Amino acid sequence: MTGMPQPFGLLAEVTHQCPLHCVYCSNPVELYERSSELGTDDWLRAIRQAAELGVLQVHFSGGEPLVRGDLETLVAECRGLGLYTNLITSGLGLTESRAESLVSAGLNSAQLSIQGDTAESTNLVAASKRFDKKEAAARIIRDAGLPLNMNVVLHRVNLDRLDAIIDVCVEWGAERLELANTQYYGWALRNREQLLPSKTQLDEAVGVYERRKAELEGRMELLWILPDYYEPYPKPCMGGWAQTALTVAPDGRVYPCPVAEEITTMEFPSVRDHDLEWIWADSPAFQAYRGTDWMPDPCRSCSRKELDFGGCRCQAFALTGDAGRTDPVCIHSPDHHLVQDALDRANDGANGADGDADGEKLVYRRPTVSARRS
Amino acid sequence: MDESELAAVPKLAGKAMLRHDNVRDVELLLLPERVVLLNKSGAAILGLCDGNRTVQQVVEQLERDFEATDLVNDVMTFLKDARGRGWVVVT
Repeated sequence: MTGMPQPFGLLAEVTHQCPLHCVYCSNPVELYERSSELGTDDWLRAIRQAAELGVLQVHFSGGEPLVRGDLETLVAECRGLGLYTNLITSGLGLTESRAESLVSAGLNSAQLSIQGDTAESTNLVAASKRFDKKEAAARIIRDAGLPLNMNVVLHRVNLDRLDAIIDVCVEWGAERLELANTQYYGWALRNREQLLPSKTQLDEAVGVYERRKAELEGRMELLWILPDYYEPYPKPCMGGWAQTALTVAPDGRVYPCPVAEEITTMEFPSVRDHDLEWIWADSPAFQAYRGTDWMPDPCRSCSRKELDFGGCRCQAFALTGDAGRTDPVCIHSPDHHLVQDALDRANDGANGADGDADGEKLVYRRPTVSARRS
Repeated sequence: MDESELAAVPKLAGKAMLRHDNVRDVELLLLPERVVLLNKSGAAILGLCDGNRTVQQVVEQLERDFEATDLVNDVMTFLKDARGRGWVVVT
């Protein structure tokens, strides 16, 4: 494995089942139903193989991972292997007893999502009326002795509420808050016209972030996940293709990034058929965009190619239909107009340049799980 | 050196996990969403922050283990930084 990178993180998407219907859901547009999910033994094997490969942290996600009754078994296996475990949850379904059993199994931390600062905004974005459950979940996580990390996806509809959103997280006792500007894949791309903020709106939010970050130093860590459409250069997505982390989807397929399933022109291997080591090191899908040899121009001759690795393959595919092109976010991309046109519309007065959003046009993720089978 | 600081009892934060990584052969501190690569002395200091030893006792143990003297300033500097980063809590 000379020169072969070793992954640090495993995102274990144990299910696509979810009580929320977020308008920016990052899961594939078509979801897997329960009958196609990996069983406990398959997950245990995948976790052991991930540890041998160098994985140090396992993030249990979904969907809502609490839906899986065997989560404790998986967490305990991680603990036995010295892996750090993190539960990424909507908070819905988290009871005191469930939190206790997960902590007993060895769970190290939890990340709780909110969609806004009120019940109304949760309902608008996630079509869920259970904001009260999220507050309860925050308390349950802290009472269980876990560090409370929170995250919120930011967009045109809630950016103006950033101050109030941060207040909620402070009040609930979060140690860390990820302010994740929407990334336009899957469901979010469908709703892009409604979600993409105006420049004015974004600039104001950056001001709020900077002020609160300074104010909360030592109490709560604030992280700002860049809105890449407004950046001149693409994000160094996942530190480059198949460099630092891998995702195992509910059905066992393995991806170098959580949204890579959208690249429908590629065949991704499954832990049902292959060892994780082969998948990581040798499978054609993981080798396809590793390093810089695959790059076309303008990336090939660009001095930034080792900085941003040509940007995001999934975004290139989503916008151009070719995962091997330069990320259209880049100002040097021949496809940059695809991003620029969307930005122009978001900043056009007729579309509400002050960041007005039309909630009625949002398309909710429904049904939660389709009839897709692997 | 302040006497009270030497009497403080540092403890690795509950959210932090210290471990040796056999795959990469390095010492690591694992935190939510973060992996910190430690040097040998950092790992040794954190390994002694068990909630029982005082800072003074941590220093004495390290001076024995490393056959060194005058480690007190280095240890204090490291622990102050570690506390600021939330890796260590002090009681």
